[in-house]
Amino acid sequence: MKNPINGLNKIFESRIRLGVMSILVVNEEISFNDLKQMLEVTDGNLATHLVNLEENGFIKVHKGFIGRKTNTTYSLTKPGEKAFTDHIVALENMIKGIK
Amino acid sequence: MEDNNQSGDTLQEIKDIRRIMERSSRFISLSGLSGISAGACALIGAFIGRYILKNYYGTYNSHGFFSGDDFSRLKIKLTGLALVVFAAAFISSFYFTWQKAKKQGLPVWDYTSKRLFWNMLIPLLAGAGFILAMLQYDEWRFVAPACLIFYGLALVNASKYTLTDIRYLGYCEIALGLINMLFIGYGLYFWATGFGVLHIFYGAIMWFKYEKK
Repeated sequence: MKNPINGLNKIFESRIRLGVMSILVVNEEISFNDLKQMLEVTDGNLATHLVNLEENGFIKVHKGFIGRKTNTTYSLTKPGEKAFTDHIVALENMIKGIK
Repeated sequence: MEDNNQSGDTLQEIKDIRRIMERSSRFISLSGLSGISAGACALIGAFIGRYILKNYYGTYNSHGFFSGDDFSRLKIKLTGLALVVFAAAFISSFYFTWQKAKKQGLPVWDYTSKRLFWNMLIPLLAGAGFILAMLQYDEWRFVAPACLIFYGLALVNASKYTLTDIRYLGYCEIALGLINMLFIGYGLYFWATGFGVLHIFYGAIMWFKYEKK
């Protein structure tokens, strides 16, 4: 029998990283500040998690400008989308398996 | 026991994911009371408008001739009325939505509400420009249908960014505007139905569906 926990991704054990992925799945592109407001986290905390996700190739970073202010936005990569979907499927299987 | 615990955690995790996905993509604090209050403002406005028009046609008939002065005064009165009604509807509906957001502990002016606002504004501004241009040429007959159609389009567009139910309100407004084109001259009644009655009806449904405890 296939282990239902197989699809679970260690990277998404963090609530904040999981939150970032959940937001990016439904929003094509979103800025650092909007992420911060929605997840209610501090700058430093969010930045660390975003770097982690970027290093894993799950998200893309775009550095842009609005006037002179930097405007960094984030979007999901194809592997990121797949990892997230697999994670959800694994979660659902776990619930089904236990019931 | 441990299994049960884990199941609870997993379920909670899925619920969290779902909540975040919903909250980050749609503005969910739109209150049904906002619809009711906007509808009430529109109905009061329509009654006053009818009164002004009645007065105008009353003097027109008794004088027996057309007065340009009276007509331009009428236009100013009706435009002023429209602006006051719009402001009252906007402020009152904003108030109820703001209250609901406060209750939910969500910000009113965030990513989702900004997106909703802009997407609603685009068809509305196009409509406002269109109507003002018509009035420029003294073409007043299509004002009410144009209001209804452009507002309906704005709602259909906005429904992607907030409670999906407003899409149906949008369809109704568009249909009402198109039917009004067949009954030119009854614009005020169609306008009162679309902006007054439909808003109140829709607001009440939304309130019962999402807010009643």
